[in-house]
Amino acid sequence: MSLPPILSAEHLSKHFAQSRRRRLPGRAPARLHAVDDVTLAIHPGEALGLVGESGCGKSTLARLLCRLLDPSAGQIYVAGREVTTMSTAAFTRSPMRSDIQMVFQDPTDSLNPRFNSFDLIADPLRQLKPPHSRAELIAKVEAAARSVNLPLDLLSRFPHQLSGGEKARVGIARAMVVTPRLLILDEPTSALDVSVQATVLQLLDKIRRDRGVALLFVSHDLNVVRLLCSRIMVMYLGQIVESGPTDALFRDPAHPYTRALLSAIPTLRGRAGGQRIRLDGEPQSPIAPDGSRCRLYGRCPAQQAFCAQAEPALTGQPGGRQVRCHFAGSAVPGQR
Amino acid sequence: MSANPLLSVRDLTLDFRSRHGTVHVLENVSFDIAPGEIVGIVGESGSGKSVTAFAIMGFLDKAARVLSGDIRVQGRDVMAMSTRERDLWRGKEASIIFQTPRTALNPIRTVGQQIGDVIARHTPASPTEVQEKVLQAMRQVRIPDPERRMGAYPFELSGGLCQRIGIAAALACHPHLLIADEPTTGLDVTTQAEIMELIRDTARAKDLATLLITHDLALASEYCDRIVVMHAGHVVETAPVAELFARPRHPYTAGLLGSVPSLVDSIQDLRAIPGSLPDLRRADLPPCRFADRCPRHHADCDIPGLRLEGIAPNHLVACRVPL
Repeated sequence: MSLPPILSAEHLSKHFAQSRRRRLPGRAPARLHAVDDVTLAIHPGEALGLVGESGCGKSTLARLLCRLLDPSAGQIYVAGREVTTMSTAAFTRSPMRSDIQMVFQDPTDSLNPRFNSFDLIADPLRQLKPPHSRAELIAKVEAAARSVNLPLDLLSRFPHQLSGGEKARVGIARAMVVTPRLLILDEPTSALDVSVQATVLQLLDKIRRDRGVALLFVSHDLNVVRLLCSRIMVMYLGQIVESGPTDALFRDPAHPYTRALLSAIPTLRGRAGGQRIRLDGEPQSPIAPDGSRCRLYGRCPAQQAFCAQAEPALTGQPGGRQVRCHFAGSAVPGQR
Repeated sequence: MSANPLLSVRDLTLDFRSRHGTVHVLENVSFDIAPGEIVGIVGESGSGKSVTAFAIMGFLDKAARVLSGDIRVQGRDVMAMSTRERDLWRGKEASIIFQTPRTALNPIRTVGQQIGDVIARHTPASPTEVQEKVLQAMRQVRIPDPERRMGAYPFELSGGLCQRIGIAAALACHPHLLIADEPTTGLDVTTQAEIMELIRDTARAKDLATLLITHDLALASEYCDRIVVMHAGHVVETAPVAELFARPRHPYTAGLLGSVPSLVDSIQDLRAIPGSLPDLRRADLPPCRFADRCPRHHADCDIPGLRLEGIAPNHLVACRVPL
């Protein structure tokens, strides 16, 4: 990875203040820790997977990274330039806006039903890179449609006249039309049938390989992430609990939460990790989490008394891996 | 098909009349479920999975017209029941668990009241007895702290807990047939595993005939005994789980398996099925509705009278050129 990262973030946090009605009199407002101290970097042509369960903060992190939300703390750099100092509005007007594009979850909800495919794809172009002529606009929209294998005769159709897979491709074409360097995809295939999902995944992989567009793929489907991404980050209650190369993480998950997650996914080949590992109870509240213990404490099958006394830090491991667990080192020499 | 099925669906053919013409939704759908057996129906959206479940439960829309076939539960003809008979049958003999648990529950009544409604309808009991039975039903689905949770409204509970409430209501009157229509859509993988284990354990313990409707082949492979594969309103193949995944005989089943992410090592190995479902409004639908997408399409395929036929023990397939 000699190239500088397209996007990097340092100590990024997002806390939401609780509403006034829920605040107890005389107390400071409680804060919901959606994203806590996340550091990451995405390089050109790389596919990074972000996995975790609902409520873990993965969508909030995706929105922070595209500057749709303002972080509470931390910095975001686009191609080495800090963008957290400029306002959201200023970022939208800057040329960097078209470098990072987002593809949203449900293609039915995220497309304006009153626009046809042509206008849906042309819209980001008109907003961000206004073309000089009608001919240029048509040429760029058609090029974007071709890049996602969308037949040009579908450009006159409206969303309700398209199938789920076609709508998903319109969503990706909308992002591709402004020639971004990074696509942030928030569960883009969760609403699709397996066969259609296979087409969309291969399309995304082709875009990455042919155009060097980096992908940040947010998903709860580890099977999909395994195929598409070379590196995976696992989130739990706002924190990164494990990250590393996909193969290593699947072969030998170091964090108990990753192990539980891997053991819960149904596969046609039998379980990856043998018997399913249960996480008992409910997750801790993300509102004002107790900073003096591990966030998985109380559910963790491998917990020790020490886990309730100190919060583990995200520590580097051999092979480009990082784990946030006091006892992750059991398989790695030189650790506690 | 098994000797003494609890549920038996035979040659069910139905269509929907709409403004845009008649939609041929199901044609000659047949399958059985034995007591204690978990059968999965898998297929893409629009293949007729949910319509089949709704036909069994008697939830069909007015636009639906059953052209032929019958559905028997414990030998009783379900479609011949009057509305009143059906209301007493549903919930007591057969229950359904819906997709998206939060919207299936009434948002302005407590979950305890909603389970109590089902119990009070089918078993005459005093309010205290009903309450005791509600607690029992909630304990049965392993809801922690049921005394407190029964007073909660659906919005106060997580998706996984809401689905447990749905299961508790479905099982409260001890039915013999349980239909689960995509019960884990929208739930996390760890919650999904818990809910599916709960359904499986209950089915085993109470000898329930269970129908699991899902588009997730991996999920079906893990929790079902037998799989029914549907495509465009036809049952194209049915076999025990291990047999179906080891040796799929219908090209559509093989195609579906080729597009499952957990079965391949590299993204290039994924194989999408070309084309999409045929337009079910067509009057001239081919005998095999997969013919237009099929890599093995043959002149014989266009001869009418294609039926589901045995190809191996317990293995039925509707194909003239099986794999």
